[in-house]
Amino acid sequence: MTVSASPAPAVLFPRPSKRIRGRSIAVLVFLAMAALFFSVPLYVLVVTSFKTMDQIREGAIFSLPEVWTFDAWRYAWDEACSGLTCEGLKRGFVNSLEILFPSLIASIAISAVTGYALALWSVRWAGGFLFLLFLCAFVPFQIIMYPLIVITVNMGVYGTIWAVAFIHTVLAMPVLTLIFRNYYKDIPPEIIKAAIMDSGSFWRIFVEIILPMSGNILIVVLIMQITSIWNDYLIGVTFGGLGAQPMTVNLANMVTVTTGTVSYNVNMAAALQTAIPPLAIYFVLGKFFVQGIAAGAVKG
Amino acid sequence: MPRVSFEHIVKKFGALTVLDDLDLTVESGDFLVLLGPSGCGKTTLLNLLAGLADVTSGRIMIGTRDVTDLDPKDRRLAMVFQSYALYPTKTVRGNLRFGLSASKLPREEIDKRIAWAADMLQIGPLMDRRPAQLSGGQRQRVAIGRALVKHADVLLFDEPLSNLDAKLRTEMRMEIKKLHEELGPTVVYVTHDQIEAMTMATRIAIMNGGKIEQFGTPDDVYERPANLFVAGFIGSPSMNLLPATAEDGGRARLADGSLIDLTAYAFDAAPSPGAALVAGLRPEHFTLAAPAEAACRLDLPVRHIERTGSDALLSLAFADRRITVRVTPTDAAHLRTGDRVAVAFPKDRLNLFDARSGRRI
Repeated sequence: MTVSASPAPAVLFPRPSKRIRGRSIAVLVFLAMAALFFSVPLYVLVVTSFKTMDQIREGAIFSLPEVWTFDAWRYAWDEACSGLTCEGLKRGFVNSLEILFPSLIASIAISAVTGYALALWSVRWAGGFLFLLFLCAFVPFQIIMYPLIVITVNMGVYGTIWAVAFIHTVLAMPVLTLIFRNYYKDIPPEIIKAAIMDSGSFWRIFVEIILPMSGNILIVVLIMQITSIWNDYLIGVTFGGLGAQPMTVNLANMVTVTTGTVSYNVNMAAALQTAIPPLAIYFVLGKFFVQGIAAGAVKG
Repeated sequence: MPRVSFEHIVKKFGALTVLDDLDLTVESGDFLVLLGPSGCGKTTLLNLLAGLADVTSGRIMIGTRDVTDLDPKDRRLAMVFQSYALYPTKTVRGNLRFGLSASKLPREEIDKRIAWAADMLQIGPLMDRRPAQLSGGQRQRVAIGRALVKHADVLLFDEPLSNLDAKLRTEMRMEIKKLHEELGPTVVYVTHDQIEAMTMATRIAIMNGGKIEQFGTPDDVYERPANLFVAGFIGSPSMNLLPATAEDGGRARLADGSLIDLTAYAFDAAPSPGAALVAGLRPEHFTLAAPAEAACRLDLPVRHIERTGSDALLSLAFADRRITVRVTPTDAAHLRTGDRVAVAFPKDRLNLFDARSGRRI
C-alpha cells in the first residue's frame, strides 16, 4: 500500500505571540507577595546571624553585615547556655540524630511490613484493623500523653533517647501503615498471586519483589518522617527529660531563657542551625518526593 | 503426567454460591479448556486448583495426591496469568529464576533450566531486559517461560492471550499448542474465546452459572451440543434455534407451518406427538442447491446481507424471527435485500432439543 507523499505545506501559520494577560498579572502579584512574606523574615534571620551585636544595636535590621562574622554561629553551636548547661546546640544536635535514626528505621520497617501484609495477604479482621488504624491516626497526642509517660516510666526508659524514639515510632505507625497499605494495594493482584505460586514465602516476596517496587513511597515517607521527627518539640520536651532533649528543645531553652542582653545574632544562628537538616533533606530528595507523590500504581 | 480431578467442589463467597457440587476429571496429558461467559466460575475453578482460593467443601486431586489443603507452591503446578504478572523490577532472567525460588534446586540445574526455557521460547536475547522494555508478545513468552522452568506436571493458563492483538494471538495459540504436544503436560486453560477453545483443546468443559453444561471433545461440543445453552454458546454466528412441534410420522412442524423431516435423526429418546421441541440449525449447514436428503426446504425473503470476506451471512425473515445462513460470497453477490431465496437443510446435520428441559433428545 503506497500513499503519494504530498509536499509539505509552504505556509507556516504564524502563532500569535504570547502576551501577559490581566489574570496572569494577578497571579504573579499574589505569588510575589507570598514569596516576600516568606523571604523577608528569612533574609533578616540570615543577615542578623552574621552581624556583630554592636551593629544589631544600631537597629537597621535590613542592612547587610558590615563585618561578616561566624562568631554567633560558633557561639550558638559550642557555648550558648540552654538552661543550666552551657555546651551550645551540639548536644541537642547529637540527641536529635540519636532519636531520629532508631525511630526512622523502626517506624518505616514495621509499618511497611504491616502495610504489605494488610494489602496483599488475606489477614483475618483486616477491615476492622484498618478502621482502628484510621481512628488511631486521628487521636490527638495530648490526650494520650499522660498514659504514655506512665508506660515509658514503667519500661524504665523515661527521660532517655529511647523513650523519645519509641514514642515517635508508635505515634507514626498508624498513618505510615495506612500509607504503605494504600500504596501496595495498587500493585496488580496477579503479581502477588504469581509470587505466591513461585515462592510462597512472606518475607522473600517482600524483600525480592515488593521492596524494590517501593522506592517512591519510601522516599515520601522518609522525608515526612525526618521532617516531623526533627521538628518535633512536644514529644522531646515531654519524654526527653534533661539528658535527652532534642535540638528543638535545646533551641527553645536557649532563646527563651536568657540572662542579660538578648543575643539576637546567636539566637538566629541557632535557629538556622536547627532548621538546616530538614531543609537539606528537602533539597536533596525533593525531586523524588514529587515523583513519589505523583506515582500511584506500579505498572507491571 | 498426572490426572487432575475435582470432586464435589462447592465454592461460596459469603451468601453467593459460585460453584455448586462440581465434578470434573482431566485425564493425564489432556489439554482442557474451561470455556464460558464472564462470571460462570471458570476462573474461580482455576484459582481453586492453583490454591489461590480455598474450597468451601470438596476435594481436589492431582494424580494420587490430595492437594485441597496444600499451599500453592507445594502443588507442583505453574500458572500463566492474563496480565503476564511479571515482576517489574527483575530482569527476564530474574523472573525465571524467581519462578524456581521455592524449589531449592542446585544452581547449575537452575541455570540449565533457564537456558532451556529461553531456547524453547526464543527469548535468549531478552534475558537481561526488564518487563517494561518488552512488547506484549515478548512479555507473554517470558510469563510462559517462568511457568515452564518449574517442569510442573500441570500447567494452568488464565486467559493468557486476551491482552494480545489478533495476529500475535494466532501465533501464540499455535505456540502453546506446540509446547503442549512436545512437553505433554496436563493443561487447564481458561478462556472465553471459543476459537482458542476449539483450536487448542483436547477436551472442553463449557461452564455456565457455576455448572458444567457439557464436557467433551471440541467436535462433540460443536456437532452434538448437549443442551440449548451449549448450542447457543458455541459457534459464530450462533446456531439458529427454532421452536417446533413434534408430529406423527417422524416429522415436526415449524412456526411458519413448514415441516422438518426427522427420520434420519438419531434420537436419544423419540418425542411423543405434540411435544414442544427446539430445532437447532447451524448457519453453515444450509445449502442453496437442494440436496437429495433435505430435512426441510424454506423459501424466505432476505432482510440483510453481511459480507465478511471469506463468506457472506444472509439474514432471512422466518415467522417472527430471523434465520442466519452462511453462503459463499459468489452466491451472495447477486442477492439484494428483499429477494426471496430458497434454502435447504440436510437431514444428518440436525440438532433437536426438548423445549422444556433444554436438553438434547
